[in-house]
Amino acid sequence: MLGELAFSLGNGEVAALVGPSGCGKTTLLRIIAGLDSDFEGSVALPAHGMLGMVFQEPRLLPWRTVEQNVRLAAPRATDAALGTLFQALGLTAHRDHFPGELSLGLARRVALARAFAVEPDLLLLDEPFVSLDDALAARLRDELADLVNRRPITTLLVTHNVEEAIGLADRLLLLSLSPARVLADVPVTRPRTPRTPQELAAMREEIAKRINGASL
Amino acid sequence: MGARLISLILLIAAWYAGSQMAGARLLPDPQAVALAIVDEARSGALAFNLGATLARVAVAFTLAMALGSVIGLVMGRSRLADRLGDPWLIVLLNLPALVIIVLAYVWAGLTETAAIAAVALNKLPIATVTVREGARSLDRALDDMAQVFRMGAWTRMRHVVLPQLAPYLAAAARSGLSLVWKIVLIVELLGRPNGVGFEIGVAFQLFDVTRILAYALAFVAVMLAIETFLVQPLERHVSRWRPKPA
Repeated sequence: MLGELAFSLGNGEVAALVGPSGCGKTTLLRIIAGLDSDFEGSVALPAHGMLGMVFQEPRLLPWRTVEQNVRLAAPRATDAALGTLFQALGLTAHRDHFPGELSLGLARRVALARAFAVEPDLLLLDEPFVSLDDALAARLRDELADLVNRRPITTLLVTHNVEEAIGLADRLLLLSLSPARVLADVPVTRPRTPRTPQELAAMREEIAKRINGASL
Repeated sequence: MGARLISLILLIAAWYAGSQMAGARLLPDPQAVALAIVDEARSGALAFNLGATLARVAVAFTLAMALGSVIGLVMGRSRLADRLGDPWLIVLLNLPALVIIVLAYVWAGLTETAAIAAVALNKLPIATVTVREGARSLDRALDDMAQVFRMGAWTRMRHVVLPQLAPYLAAAARSGLSLVWKIVLIVELLGRPNGVGFEIGVAFQLFDVTRILAYALAFVAVMLAIETFLVQPLERHVSRWRPKPA
């Protein structure tokens, strides 16, 4: 499924892995997270290797409250830090709710909060906004961009949505179809917050050219 | 509540009618049995025998649940353990209760240890099979999540694994309890000098149906009380996070 792949992320850099469905992006993420050992090669993680991960489904413990879910993953997080995090993601009113009582959007936010609460050295996001309606996805992307801007974390975002990648990342790694290789490594020069629709459109053009050019 | 009460009254009425038709020797009426219960209670024999039986139930049940659940969990998570333990499990499951009891008495003597071991051995495979199913159906996605967030073994057991096993543990406990007390009565009948089973055995030899029914009813009442005041509240507490049906 995966071909020859090699890349490295700089400290605090947000990279997006973009590729067609089925090319192995999730597998790659799982390998980096240490969940899959069926590969040849090596993964070098930052010093203490605290990992934060947001999966495609929220993967919350249904029998624990929102607050407990986050605290179980991040036992050393301070009350103040959690308070700020919950507020940033609009979860303050839901701290004592169970995941069964939450909508998908809220559950996704809890998963985000959990990954950030850990104060990870590496943040892995596997298509975190898939299957949400456009408005909600856009809002969550803004909230994610906001969180990442406040405190830079080395981040790897997997998505098949080029728009999402352009809007959030500093660098795009384009993957080919299976067996996946890195087709192109495209830096995004504009800073995250004021990326205007025109700039996004321009970037999209560029990416499309690269994908079409390289897949031949 | 009303329907249950009516049903109960009908039961007692049918009992009374039956006793009139069959004669007091075969089926004593409800009053006679009630009087017998009061007699036994006053002499202290009821409390003593009930106590002995309940103690055996408690010990055998705890042993079987604890050991059975641990073995079931291990077998459900490790294919090697499963392959090794499965033949033994199948044999134990299909060995008749009576055989296990008799062999225990023959090999270990007519002792309390043999009695309790026999009961526990009867119930253990059922707990194992049930918990093994639960262990097999544990959500790998949550396991992965716990691994990525570096949750410790105890945290995982308490917050990820046990809540998922809870319904299976509850099912094993439920079916186990009702099985255990029935078998305890048999081991008491066959080789103990006290307890409800022993008393029923003596009453059988004397053809004292009143006494049989008195002890039987008293015991059923105690087990129902345990079910209502211990088992059900526990079950409700454990399921409080589940979304209630609309």
